Amino acid sequence: MTETQAGKEAAPAASDISPVPAIELDGVVKEYQAHGEVVQAVKGVSLSIAEGEFFSMLGPSGCGKTTTMRMIAGFEDPTRGTVRLQGQDVTDVAPNKRDVNMVFQSYALFPHMNVWENVAFGLRRKRVPEQEIKRRVGEMLEIVDLTGREKRRPREMSGGQQQRVALARALVNNPRALLLDEPLGALDLKLRQAMQIELKRIQREVGITFVYVTHDQNEALTMSDRIAVMNDGLVEQLAGPREIYERPATKFVAGFIGTSNLLSGTAEEVGGGTAVIRMGDGDRVLVPVGDATVQGGAVEVTVRPEKIRISREEPAVGVSAVRGTVSEVVYLGTYNSYAVNLAGGTEFTVFEQNAHDSSITAERGDSVWLSWQPHHSYAIGS
Amino acid sequence: MSGPISPALPARSEGAAGLAPSAGPPRRRRVRWGDRLLFGYTWLVLVWLFAPIAVMIAFGFNDTKSKSNVNWQGFTLKWWGRLGDYPELTNAVVNSITIALLATVITTVLGTLMGIALGRYRFRGQAVTNLVMFAAISSPELVMGASLLSLFVSLGVQTGYVTIMLAHVLFSVSFVAVTVRARVVGLDGSIEEAARDLGASTWITFWRVTFPMILPGVVSGALLAFALSIDDFVITQFTSGATVTFPLWIYGAVRIGVPPQVNILGTLIFAVGVVIAVVNTFTSRRRT
Repeated sequence: MTETQAGKEAAPAASDISPVPAIELDGVVKEYQAHGEVVQAVKGVSLSIAEGEFFSMLGPSGCGKTTTMRMIAGFEDPTRGTVRLQGQDVTDVAPNKRDVNMVFQSYALFPHMNVWENVAFGLRRKRVPEQEIKRRVGEMLEIVDLTGREKRRPREMSGGQQQRVALARALVNNPRALLLDEPLGALDLKLRQAMQIELKRIQREVGITFVYVTHDQNEALTMSDRIAVMNDGLVEQLAGPREIYERPATKFVAGFIGTSNLLSGTAEEVGGGTAVIRMGDGDRVLVPVGDATVQGGAVEVTVRPEKIRISREEPAVGVSAVRGTVSEVVYLGTYNSYAVNLAGGTEFTVFEQNAHDSSITAERGDSVWLSWQPHHSYAIGS
Repeated sequence: MSGPISPALPARSEGAAGLAPSAGPPRRRRVRWGDRLLFGYTWLVLVWLFAPIAVMIAFGFNDTKSKSNVNWQGFTLKWWGRLGDYPELTNAVVNSITIALLATVITTVLGTLMGIALGRYRFRGQAVTNLVMFAAISSPELVMGASLLSLFVSLGVQTGYVTIMLAHVLFSVSFVAVTVRARVVGLDGSIEEAARDLGASTWITFWRVTFPMILPGVVSGALLAFALSIDDFVITQFTSGATVTFPLWIYGAVRIGVPPQVNILGTLIFAVGVVIAVVNTFTSRRRT
């Protein structure tokens, strides 16, 4: 690792002066011909991924996240737009000539080679001297904790082990970026959670840019420095995990990441970064809004279930509050989940931390107040 | 061979039930009956399969005095020393082996390429190709032989060694293509993408990754092609002209009596086949 680490140590100093993004996508579009019709899988994605970043592309299946990653790897040619690696245009460069490596969803290990041969494959192609191959493969197998299993065939290993072989096979080449296509999808929950932490550790250890494609919001939130939430071929929001969760930019993001409650209403008394939203049933709540909100315009307000307090008495002044009837109470161990029907017909989900002895605040059929701090709610343009 | 095995399953589960107190003794007797029946039946099938081969091998050691080698007249090794007594027979065997080898090489290359194309890509004319291949596999040899003969005659091609080989390639290429295609269809395409991703050119990807993965299919296709070619009679008869192969020579000799040398050569070909089959079984078990 001495050589490669020396390279890594020099890199941050240089990038402080001129931060060239590791990966840049510029107006990338991918169109397919399907049954005589043109289908746009990716409808124009522009983003830049910094050196050493753990970057996730999150979205439902068919949102274009895998196609976008395959365009970075070179397996798909963009219909329009530019792909740059370290500032160099690689749009027309073949995948075997690109300095990025990929971890496939199916692992795609070579079944006729043992672990050692699998990991050494990339270095062999680059004609790295045999002595150095030995050293680097050995070190990489140590990092992924597979020392002593060099002679095993992929078939003889568990899913988690195969996963780590795939990781080692890609990382040993010391690529500019590592692309991971739903790499934990085939593992069971326990192993998946362990591997999430493992991946983050390895990423810190080797300092390589990770681009991670997943449909699992927990994975993305756990590991990422930044997340691009994608839907229908477009990036809906690009931000850090906290901001994505706390301040979703669109209705789609609010709905896709975690549970969200939505209220629709009309904006009144707009000004000073806030507005009063009047709901259909006459309830009024104060909400922080952006510049785009206009007096009398339709606005949707979202608030996370764990930010809401449920109570039988009318809450104190200074909080936003609505009334409703409890339609379902579910005991979930660490918290209780309430389904509450608001007067206007909207259904709200409320989580209540199970911190007290007599934890059930309300029963099915009870009339309750739901309240929250105004800054925990936010308006999103509809 | 699944026939003799399937009756064993109910028999065995009845045996397990026989341990329960409710099961009476008559039931237990029927179980042993079934087992015995299965045992006998299995050996009957094996004897029936191997008896002709055993007879062929044995009569290579028959100390026959007459022209016809059908009555056992004592053990001898002398025919093994006089293997080359019939130059035309030796020549026919050499023809059969070289034709089979050449046809196998050509068939394997063509069939493998066809199998990859059919398994990997979607192209215009694919359905027709599949249909033609199926037709080649299922059409009677007599029909194919007769039509090949009329084709060669109408083209003015002199039938002989080359036309036999071409005919053998023609009827066995579909078998190789089908075997390889099955293997290609089962491949995970991302494995080849992984090779490309790790810096391998398309050429290296094929030889280092794709080919080793489809090799079991290619090997069994090649063995099939060799086996089909070496003992083919019907199509060879139509396309041989003046050339004589091993099966054709035996057919011609039947009327005047088949010499023990034929049995010995048959034994040798069979032995080689057994060795190849055994080796293939063990190596493919190690590969997968």
